[in-house]
Amino acid sequence: MQLARVIGDVVATRKDPAFDGTTLLLVQPIGADGRDVGRPLVAVDAVGAGVGEKVFFVRGKEASFPFHPTEVPADAGIVGIVDHWSVK
Amino acid sequence: MLLARIVGTVVATRKDPRLVSNKLLLARPVDPKGKVEGNYLVAVDTVDAGVGETVLIVSGSSARMASGMKDTPVDAAVVGIVDTVDVAE
Repeated sequence: MQLARVIGDVVATRKDPAFDGTTLLLVQPIGADGRDVGRPLVAVDAVGAGVGEKVFFVRGKEASFPFHPTEVPADAGIVGIVDHWSVK
Repeated sequence: MLLARIVGTVVATRKDPRLVSNKLLLARPVDPKGKVEGNYLVAVDTVDAGVGETVLIVSGSSARMASGMKDTPVDAAVVGIVDTVDVAE
């Protein structure tokens, strides 16, 4: 999983029917210092995250697991909202 | 998933039999503001997207979960046509 910041949302009326009822969010991966790392991407939301929140997301086929048995064709999914983290 | 702009189509007569009757599109990733960046990719179309549209592309093994793509040899599929991208900052 990777830490990220939710920076926006994506609206698509015409989409794979498996996405119906899900939210697509724009996430910007960040490092432990909170700084942006790499490019933003679109992730399907499984936890009710909102814009501005720090989250962690999973990449790959596992992104669809929270929606089982529906096979959501997603390769990135938000699976947790981060309260805080610390680096020793 | 990636945001991308459809910039063309790909025609291939000789291809894996499981790809027959699937439309192949040439796409180029875009940033949230719509600026193209990075390399072109070939993606199979599952939502009747067309040239010039901004779309959502799923990559890797998840592409096989797109509608009608079960057991097909694809690693990129167009799964949505983007209406709006709202960036909050």
